[in-house]
Amino acid sequence: METKPKLYYFDGRGIMESIRWLLAAAGVEFEEEFLETREQYEKLQKDGRLIFEQVPLVEIDGMSLTQSRAILSYLAAKYNLYGKDLKEKLRIDMYTDGTLDLMLMIIQAVFKSPKEKEESYALAVKRAKTRYFPAFEKILKGHGEDFLVGNQLSWADIQLLEAILMVEELSAPVLSDFPLLQAFKTRISNIPTIKKFLQPGSQRKPPPDGHYVEVVKKVLKW
Amino acid sequence: MAGKPLFHYDEARGRMESVRWLLAAAGVEYEEKFLQTNEDLEKLRSDGVLMFQQVPMVEVDGMRLVQTRAILNYFSSKYNLYGKDMKERALIDMYSEGLADLNELFIVYPYDPPGVKEAKIAQMKEKAKNRYFPAFEKVLKSHGQDFLVGNKLSKADIHLVEMIYNMEELDANIIANFPLLQALKTRISDMPNIKKFLQPGSRRQPPVDEKTVLKARKIFKF
Repeated sequence: METKPKLYYFDGRGIMESIRWLLAAAGVEFEEEFLETREQYEKLQKDGRLIFEQVPLVEIDGMSLTQSRAILSYLAAKYNLYGKDLKEKLRIDMYTDGTLDLMLMIIQAVFKSPKEKEESYALAVKRAKTRYFPAFEKILKGHGEDFLVGNQLSWADIQLLEAILMVEELSAPVLSDFPLLQAFKTRISNIPTIKKFLQPGSQRKPPPDGHYVEVVKKVLKW
Repeated sequence: MAGKPLFHYDEARGRMESVRWLLAAAGVEYEEKFLQTNEDLEKLRSDGVLMFQQVPMVEVDGMRLVQTRAILNYFSSKYNLYGKDMKERALIDMYSEGLADLNELFIVYPYDPPGVKEAKIAQMKEKAKNRYFPAFEKVLKSHGQDFLVGNKLSKADIHLVEMIYNMEELDANIIANFPLLQALKTRISDMPNIKKFLQPGSRRQPPVDEKTVLKARKIFKF
């Protein structure tokens, strides 16, 4: 019998949120330990569980995995969300890497000064509307299927939905020029495991606030 | 009959250099079309061949690959540099992602303004010596094998040796305290394909100089 994956991170979205999305979409229960003090973080380091001294950390299948992309790739493969062959996997890698670039602009902005934060958010919305969303609208139009790759749910779909919702929090009408993405958003949101994750009471985290920033800075001594 | 892969990038290290190293290790020949002007970049964009309007882009196996990670992962799978199973792949990914974080600083610093550049160089040396190189020395010590994962050459070894060479350009003695990294560097450097790559006349790009910076600013408008 497998033990549940255990996630070690702050009580907030950050870089761990994409991992929560993937596990939730796969219907996998997971535990979380939230970092609130410097001591907790130093203990993880001393125990040798953080190879590069960084979180996110996910303990799964006897491994202490860090580096979010490594974790996401492992989970995608384990839970059959990585396509059926090398070429599908490649497309999923391209699409997820692009959406991660977009989301990182927003995730990292919260630690900047108010002016720089607003500039970052504005740039993220612009990039979403002129670079990323047009690319995905074009892919959906090209094959006319319900999912981005191989006519079945993959990591790429889950991550794109996460990115769409994240950008909509900054600019609600951002999908107005993208009818296929609107339909995609509805369709993927209605998948039972994802629908549940989007409801109150799930392990989805709210957008970061001042308290979150304070805790991160305190724990990591920034 | 499949042709050689075709790389689209400017004539500089940047994000493409890791791919050049990887294909050198795999013994795979490829061609390169170097961007010389902003018009060259805009033509690729208007031809619709850059999924997210960015390079690197590699034409291979009937596809146009973008996103450096996706490109590296594809070639690694194709040329058996990605371990034998999911768990080995997870370790390879974790190690590669750590090196990618350090490489991100290395790729960008030549284009930074003077004060920032010196600070970045100091930061890179500190991280290499105190975080990344000790971590990899520890991995090699823990199993005593010739390669980081699964007793076989993988992309992780190639990225690590590339990074050692990069860091030695900033500090020639940077792995003086890491005997196992020294041995790995020698072992990889002696592989016939890498040996050839390290010699003049190969596709390896030289360190970024002022001329390259000015040209890049014109091509990419930054």
